[in-house]
Amino acid sequence: MIRFARLLAFLAFIAGPLAAQEDTARFGTGQTEFLIRSTTDIAIIRPVIARFAELRPDLAITYEQWGSNALFARSRADCRDGTDPADAVFSSAVHQMVWLVNAACAQAYRSAATQALPPSRRWRDELWGISTEPAVIAYNKTLLSGAEVPRDRFALLDAIRERPAFFRNRIATYDIAESGLGYLFAYSDSLEATTFGALLEGFSRVDAVATCCSAEIIAGVAEGRYVLAYNVLGSYVLNSDAAQVGMILPEDYTLILSRAYMIPRAARQAATAARFLDFLLTSEVQALLAQSGLVAKIDATETGLSASAQRFIPLSPSLLVARDANRRDQLLQFWSDTFQSGYLP
Amino acid sequence: MAEPRALATRVLVAVLSILLLGGVLVAASTWWNGQQAARQSYDRILLGAANDIAESIRIQGGAPVVVLPVSAFELLAQAPDDRVYYAVHGPGGVLITGLDPQFWIEPPRPGRAGFFDAALDGEPARFVTVTRRFVEREFSGSVEVVVGQTLRARATMTRELSIDALLPMALAGGALLLIAWAVVRTAMRPLEAITEDLARRDPYDLTAVPTEGLPREMQVMLGAMNRFMGRLDGQVDAMRTLISDTAHQLRTPVAAIRIQAESAMSEDEPALRSRALDRLLSRTRSLGTLLEQLLSRALVVHRGDSAPRVLVDLRDVALEIMEHDDHALISPGTPLKLAIGDRPVMVRADAFSLGEAGRNLLSNALAHGAPPVTIGAERRGTDAILWVRDNGPGPRDAVLARLGERFNRSADSRESGAGIGLSIVKSVATAFGGRMETAQDAEGFRIALVLPAERDAP
Repeated sequence: MIRFARLLAFLAFIAGPLAAQEDTARFGTGQTEFLIRSTTDIAIIRPVIARFAELRPDLAITYEQWGSNALFARSRADCRDGTDPADAVFSSAVHQMVWLVNAACAQAYRSAATQALPPSRRWRDELWGISTEPAVIAYNKTLLSGAEVPRDRFALLDAIRERPAFFRNRIATYDIAESGLGYLFAYSDSLEATTFGALLEGFSRVDAVATCCSAEIIAGVAEGRYVLAYNVLGSYVLNSDAAQVGMILPEDYTLILSRAYMIPRAARQAATAARFLDFLLTSEVQALLAQSGLVAKIDATETGLSASAQRFIPLSPSLLVARDANRRDQLLQFWSDTFQSGYLP
Repeated sequence: MAEPRALATRVLVAVLSILLLGGVLVAASTWWNGQQAARQSYDRILLGAANDIAESIRIQGGAPVVVLPVSAFELLAQAPDDRVYYAVHGPGGVLITGLDPQFWIEPPRPGRAGFFDAALDGEPARFVTVTRRFVEREFSGSVEVVVGQTLRARATMTRELSIDALLPMALAGGALLLIAWAVVRTAMRPLEAITEDLARRDPYDLTAVPTEGLPREMQVMLGAMNRFMGRLDGQVDAMRTLISDTAHQLRTPVAAIRIQAESAMSEDEPALRSRALDRLLSRTRSLGTLLEQLLSRALVVHRGDSAPRVLVDLRDVALEIMEHDDHALISPGTPLKLAIGDRPVMVRADAFSLGEAGRNLLSNALAHGAPPVTIGAERRGTDAILWVRDNGPGPRDAVLARLGERFNRSADSRESGAGIGLSIVKSVATAFGGRMETAQDAEGFRIALVLPAERDAP
């Protein structure tokens, strides 16, 4: 499996610029082409882009939805060759975005709105965090209820230990070799070393499934194929509209991700990209994003999550460690030693 | 032509230039210091991160493996806005791990630890190389860690350090400038007052400029100016005196000559006519003497102010008068004696003026005194004396009291003897800081010109 994943990553890198995006949407009929590439599902971001197209009738906006690794490979190739770059890129795989900014692939922009961002959501004035999304445990409400619902990782570990048969093959999480976001969450978990090791052991004991794509994982939870899914983005759970899917913000610690936005150095519509950034940070759009679940309200009163349990993944050069080849190999090795592949039928 | 700049402006411009030059030098040195400080601090961070990474290298399965420590990057994040670079090379420069497998920075001296500067994606950056040697059963060789960082934080720190250091200095500079301005203004105020005084002064006003409370240098300058004006004033006075004297003195004799000439013309009898002509001649001669004396006095007064003072031996003066045989004309047959000693009698004065004074003393004695007449020079204490003695009783007390005044022509004085003679002596005495002295004793009357003696030449 790990060989296959690496081959896939390699292929994605080599064929990056050729690999087609997952989906494309067009907004507006203006004269000026404006290209956005993102990992965010079109369905989720659509109202925001539509509103921007409304405000800027001069634009013909193309929104391309990419897988995070492919988007990274494409953006890196664009940066190296200077060919056909997007005007704005935002991705949930923020470590890849940090790498791109560190490789001088972005251009700087400052405005009152960007300056108002906290330091963990802004780096070099070239990378900005536009959303607030917790990594959550999604569970099937019919299969788990009341006291059975694990409120933190220790409870989850205990539950797995107590009822291995119940959970066998019914815990899902991202395949971290496939998904940049999954890898980022796994890496962040690995920094909280003790629970992460125990958790992977527990997952391996019940033959947890590492698979791809938020939508499929959540659909699986909704159908009852999976009892719970570990480390999925809260925004996807909220958008799934599945009544049976519950969401846990683990109380020991909850990773909180902020999608990173950058303006590629060679962007043709850099000024428009800057306007779009300011637009994304307006309270109007933040409210729209909150409806889509991209801006979660993480209040202690609402979620029972204390401030000390909130682990923001900061936009900083220390995320470069996540992309280090040796480190990645070790994590993937550890992962693949533990997991069964969810691809097997 | 541009108006010359005021003294205060010049001084202020100079002070400003000095302050500016000093400011530039201080700023440059502060900047340099700040840069050094920033470089050292961030170099240490860089080295710490590189060592951290080097520490994390393990040998696994015969090959070095890096478990990249997050702490190294948290250290590098002390410069929060700087891009970073890292790479770990095995023996032969093989990349073990790094930021980007397709791109790496070549250290300028491979295999040697140390700092170097290079560009990182077109931005200047600082790098450090750390080498770690392994001697294990499975692997032996050195592994090189290169860590680099762009310079934004260093630039910021340099700027902040410099500004922190320069701000108080700039304030101090401003304060110094203000103080300098105040000091210059204060120092220049008397000068300005004088300038104003001079500008408003009537060009004919030759009175002295007041010098109280002025700095010494300016007192010297003003003193010289005041002396000059005083001399000018004296000259003007002398000129005025000369004109009025001449008018006063000449009017009567010239009128007398005219009358005598007329009466001589109207006289038919040869004897009477000849007598009238004789009188006319005598009058004319007397007028000549008078004129000479007037001019002599004017000259003496003028020279007293303007002739350079030289060392003169009063004995020479006496000798010269003696040898000059003018006195024979005035009073032929009167015996004349010279009384001088061996020692020189030196004064610092104008020889011509002294000669004139002596001649007048002598002619006075010849004219009014009784023979024999003696002329002499002597030194008495700090006084140098040129004197003339006759054997007579001297003038009456009333005359004596007014001796040397102008136009003092007594009933006794004949027409040829004008009151001018002794006034010349008095002028000379005044001009050279001396006085006129008279003495009456059993041997006769002595009149003397007393001047301060020059100290003996060694």
